[in-house]
Amino acid sequence: MSYTAWILLTAALVGLSCGMIGVLLILRRMAMMADAISHTVLLGIVVAFLVTRELSGYHMLIGAVIAGLLTSVLIQWLQSRGVQGEASIGVVFTTLFAVGVILIATQVGNAHLDVKHALMGEITFVPWTTVRLPWIGDIPEATLILSAVLLIVVVAIIAFYKEWKITSFDPALAASLGIPVIVMHYAFMSLLSITTVAAFDAVGAIMVVAMLITPAAAAYLWTDRLSVMFGLSGGFGVGSAVAGYYIASWLDTSISGSMAFATGVVFLLSFLMSPKHGLISRYVTVPARKKATSER
Amino acid sequence: MQGLAVTDLSASYRKNNVLEDVSFELPQGSLTGIVGPNGAGKSTLLKTMLELHPKLSGTVTFAGAPLSKMRRKIGYVPQRGSVDWDFPTDALDVVLMGLYGAVGWLKRPKAGHRQQALQALAQMGMADYADRQISQLSGGQQQRVFLARALVQDAELYFMDEPLAGVDAATEQAIMTTLRELKGRGKSVMVVHHDLQTVEDYFDHVLLLNRRVMNYGETAEIFTKDNVYRTYGAGLRWRKEVPS
Amino acid sequence: MTLLLSPNAWWVLLSMLILGVASGMIGTLAYWKRQSLMSDALSHAALPGVVIAFAITGVKALPILILGAALSALIGAFLVQWVVSSSRIKEDTAMGIVLSVFFGLGIMLLTIVNRTGGGNVSGLDGFIFGQAASMVRSDVYTMGILGLLVIAVVYAAFKEWKLYLFDPQFAKGIGLPSGLMNSLYTGVLVLVIVIGIQAVGVILMSALLIIPAVSARYWTHSFKWMLIGSAFIGGGAGVAGTLISTMGKGWPTGPFIVVSSSAVFLVSLLFGARKGLVVTAIQQRMQKRSPRALPAEAEKSMVKEGGLQ
Repeated sequence: MSYTAWILLTAALVGLSCGMIGVLLILRRMAMMADAISHTVLLGIVVAFLVTRELSGYHMLIGAVIAGLLTSVLIQWLQSRGVQGEASIGVVFTTLFAVGVILIATQVGNAHLDVKHALMGEITFVPWTTVRLPWIGDIPEATLILSAVLLIVVVAIIAFYKEWKITSFDPALAASLGIPVIVMHYAFMSLLSITTVAAFDAVGAIMVVAMLITPAAAAYLWTDRLSVMFGLSGGFGVGSAVAGYYIASWLDTSISGSMAFATGVVFLLSFLMSPKHGLISRYVTVPARKKATSER
Repeated sequence: MQGLAVTDLSASYRKNNVLEDVSFELPQGSLTGIVGPNGAGKSTLLKTMLELHPKLSGTVTFAGAPLSKMRRKIGYVPQRGSVDWDFPTDALDVVLMGLYGAVGWLKRPKAGHRQQALQALAQMGMADYADRQISQLSGGQQQRVFLARALVQDAELYFMDEPLAGVDAATEQAIMTTLRELKGRGKSVMVVHHDLQTVEDYFDHVLLLNRRVMNYGETAEIFTKDNVYRTYGAGLRWRKEVPS
Repeated sequence: MTLLLSPNAWWVLLSMLILGVASGMIGTLAYWKRQSLMSDALSHAALPGVVIAFAITGVKALPILILGAALSALIGAFLVQWVVSSSRIKEDTAMGIVLSVFFGLGIMLLTIVNRTGGGNVSGLDGFIFGQAASMVRSDVYTMGILGLLVIAVVYAAFKEWKLYLFDPQFAKGIGLPSGLMNSLYTGVLVLVIVIGIQAVGVILMSALLIIPAVSARYWTHSFKWMLIGSAFIGGGAGVAGTLISTMGKGWPTGPFIVVSSSAVFLVSLLFGARKGLVVTAIQQRMQKRSPRALPAEAEKSMVKEGGLQ
């Protein structure tokens, strides 16, 4: 496969896995948790590097999942001690992220891991680090990890589809039916962490938030069916990722920034024009809406 | 069949004691209203019995077994405001959620389950709205969907958190008809209720609650002016004077 | 400690002190408005404005960059409000979108400007993590004056802020113009963010608003003392972080300021007079009431307390 094709494939994998996870993320009202985790994952990666002195994908995945779960546990714990929800997110992630940046600046030096790379990702480097697989041949390591993560995400979503649905919609009922709401919560946090770290190489800490939240939010404006929302969100994610690549090569600028920008364009178009929940539909279908609200 | 037995149940919320030594026994086939002022711990009582809220002490048994072992036999209707009605799903799907415990892990609901859910919707007069997005339902219709979801669980014991709050008169009647019918089939229903004027019409048992059990028993005996005053403290006007 | 030797140093430290005090105070307002993370969204949203302002004027003058940042952050604030009020998108989602998309746009533009603008733009990168040491005398004046302005606005209308945050309905009822208060609140929030981003950076600016306020909450029940405590902690963290960051070559200021305030938070969490862990433990030991039920059950309360929503 050509250099460009690998990059496009990697970008599409990022768009698809982030788009799927994003649906659960916004329905569970955890958009800002993604912001928090995407930042603290940096600390996990840096610590994994300092411990092993290796930039291997697997160590970093483990470091990232630990950092992600730690973030989630700390936030939960502060909230249970009476700190406001938003404020506890803010305290935890800025602190852990700052520690990560300081460690990079003071301990890591110039060893392949610099702050800018971690923040913005460098998808153009992805095809250079390859691993050899039987049958398939050389494949970029980041692409391989992303494929594996996508597989895990898709299997987890399909296998526990109804459990995700009920714990997102009505956790109290789910708990009363004996579904382990807390286990599902931490399972979701783990999925979010591995998705974030897998996408990290390609898009970096902050733009991964755009890939997670924005396509799902756009899809939320188009449909009232959960299954359709998953499909649309994945599609929007892939579309934005690919469009972002071409915008970036046209303007000769940051690919990850352009991908984030493209998700914003998709959202804006949906916000304005979606026939179901878009702005224009509010004016076009006023009588029908009035009827629905007057029944209340 | 032995019913619900609660012994010395206590719970706190952010260090304040909201339930203290709550004890009562509910006979099977009864329709009980939980009545008390705001902050009396009515919702917390339901949640603590279901172990959705941690208890400090006490035991809750149903048919002689701990409640946590009897989840299949218990249906719970949370407050309507506790969920996000913009969730991308339709009325039938919400009713199906009541069957998720019975369907089991990794399995999908089958055609039979859908049939059950449709029947429950029909029983609540909502058959025509099965594929309606839930945010497009009126408040009363949303409450009927929640009731249908409880019906489909086919439980022996139901906990309902203010099912009659903010619904239209027709829905209120439909819900009460359903509750009476449940009682007629030997089920027990506990309902958090706010409207003092309808207590005597609706419930055969009343639990007057203000952090502790003020009174519990048959409505005719318990629901007296003195007892209600004692539960609510000063500032309550009796009966028809109460603005609805 | 090279900074201490330079003539600029004391001015830089003074302006960081003012910035810390101002953001500590505004952070307290944001805490009670329950909008802690809005500051995060707005500081990220400021980035494209900084770059565009530079690209248009071609000079790195702080007042112009601040103007660009403020416009861009205000657009972000407006978009969040517009999307939430006219669609089913919830506030946290809208904030996440604005935060990440604006930041992406900022990075796009920054890359283009870096490529075409030559060496004179290198300082723009400092807006991501903050470079207090790169501030010149005129930057210090700009920051100091605007910071003092923010402090004055909070100080002058102290009782109005209190009422507005505690009971907005009642405030409206007794004739406090809520529209004006809302605009004023957004105004000072954006102002303190944009004057801080050169020194602290867009990514961590929100920490300077959030952490001092949360820490101060552990010491007092009074709004007034929380405001003062938060200002004190913010000012201290600003100065301490700036000093530490001058000890290493190229160390960014922002992360050190954040870690300094986090240290204060940790101390507050442990020893705070109100709900501090140690104090609570002592109280519990003295009361000795049902210690058994707490640890295992604490987790379950998550379902109820909305942690999972």
